[in-house]
Amino acid sequence: MSLLSLDKLTVRRGVCPVVDGVSFTVQPGEFVGLIGPNGAGKTSLLRGALGLLPHEGRSSLSALPAAARARAAAFMPQGREIAWPVTVETLVALGRSGQPEDGTAVEEALRRMALQGYRGRKATALSGGEQARVLIARVLAQETPLVLADEPVAGLDPEAQIRTMQVFAGLAAEGRSVIASIHDLGLAARHCSRLLLLHRGQLIADGTPAEVLTDQLLADAFGIKGFHAMTPEGPVFQPTEVLR
Amino acid sequence: MKYTLPVLALLVALLFAASLLIGPAGLGLGESLHALITGQGGPVVLVMQEIRLPRAILGLLAGAAFGLAGAAMQGYLRNPLAEPGLIGVSSAAALGAVLSLQTGLAAAFALALPLSALAGAGLSVLLILLLAGPRGGALALILAGIAISALAAALTSLALNLSSNPFAAMEIVYWMMGSLADRSMTHVWLAAPFIALGLAALLSIGRGLDALTLGEDAAQSMGINMARLRWTLILGTAAAIGASVAVAGAVGFVGLVVPHILRPLVAARPSHLLPAAALGGAAMLLAADIATRLIAPDQDLKLGVLTAIVGAPFFLHLIWRMRRVEA
Repeated sequence: MSLLSLDKLTVRRGVCPVVDGVSFTVQPGEFVGLIGPNGAGKTSLLRGALGLLPHEGRSSLSALPAAARARAAAFMPQGREIAWPVTVETLVALGRSGQPEDGTAVEEALRRMALQGYRGRKATALSGGEQARVLIARVLAQETPLVLADEPVAGLDPEAQIRTMQVFAGLAAEGRSVIASIHDLGLAARHCSRLLLLHRGQLIADGTPAEVLTDQLLADAFGIKGFHAMTPEGPVFQPTEVLR
Repeated sequence: MKYTLPVLALLVALLFAASLLIGPAGLGLGESLHALITGQGGPVVLVMQEIRLPRAILGLLAGAAFGLAGAAMQGYLRNPLAEPGLIGVSSAAALGAVLSLQTGLAAAFALALPLSALAGAGLSVLLILLLAGPRGGALALILAGIAISALAAALTSLALNLSSNPFAAMEIVYWMMGSLADRSMTHVWLAAPFIALGLAALLSIGRGLDALTLGEDAAQSMGINMARLRWTLILGTAAAIGASVAVAGAVGFVGLVVPHILRPLVAARPSHLLPAAALGGAAMLLAADIATRLIAPDQDLKLGVLTAIVGAPFFLHLIWRMRRVEA
């Protein structure tokens, strides 16, 4: 039973397709990194898959009624909006709205993001990186089989970046799945079990990090060259220079 | 914090009682309560049941409508400067009322004024729905509201400009200041159903407003139907505010200031702010209406003038404090 299946998903801005006939399926236990240069269509793909943008083709999520979709997938948008000075605990508990709540899901989400000490703080008074962690905790509290996150680690400090990637990998190990768009190819290579490479709206590669981060594909999509190594601590990838 | 609602409810109850007991007729406490409840005691009954009771009820209802609609509008737009008049309903209702005064219809039969104000409000909602469409976002709603407000204000000015009768012009100006004086139970029966419906609609969108704290995309992904939320907000605001303006005139600042004052008391949570702002709005309007009777009993001080005179400096003070916190 797949958690998400897209069949020729196309999202248009005007007549121009920003996501062009993308098809893939996500099974339980996958940590999928969605990579691609700026404007490749990563955000539009995630929003289209959720049904937040009008689209052609089929998405198993957007076909669901709103309440069922909220139980099937949680979404962390790219714009990190916190409109009111609510407490961290209240904000994380928003992930539980509309579901039975006994506090354990919120507690667990706070623990996973190491936010127990923040629960009474006003979310709007936190730094940008701390806010991102709180918003990730809100997504975790929704306790859905699938998590979609749009650039969850952008702007986080190295510790929080690695912790977030580990939390997502941990969810995958528990049989849940995560699709996260990400610009840091080093983090993606190290923590994701599968990478999807988008270029000009099209899915040009889909496979393990080693299969996707090849010299040819990197040159085609990003116009960069990188350094690969297999170390005792796992795979390491570092972009090194611009080709064009 | 958990005492916020009971304390506010108690405050409203006290102010409601005070509104019944304070007035130029100078009735005794026991005498007036006895007359109100038993209906016996000649002219006192008349004063209580026909003058003070409708006035207090309308203060309660309109105040709750302004406060709640303000909180809902601020929650939906995620902007503390939003107020219920933003979607143009108040200006359109005022235009309807002004036209009935201008044409002399209001003098012909008693309910012509509130009815034409309601018609104005209804018309503005149709326009809003047409302009801000089923898929329109928050920005389309604000812009449509501003356009409708501007148009209604221009037409109101035109009516004043062309008014050949100086007394009608004077009456229009006085009406636009807002007042609860000399309203009858008929006004209550006319406005109450609309206000009650509007309040119920607005109280139902708390969960959606909470989710909107994280933005429209996040709210939608949490299962909130944004289109339905927007319909409920527009129709609820229109019913509650249209009917309130129809019977009380254009009373400003309650919907803007009350949610502001109460937000810190409910830990800024939009869904908790809704009932608190309804009670707070009722308390503010009842208090202001009592003040008009106490400050200048012979001068017919207008309610809207008082709320603006108290509300605007208070608002300045809030901004002053906010500036210090954010600096």
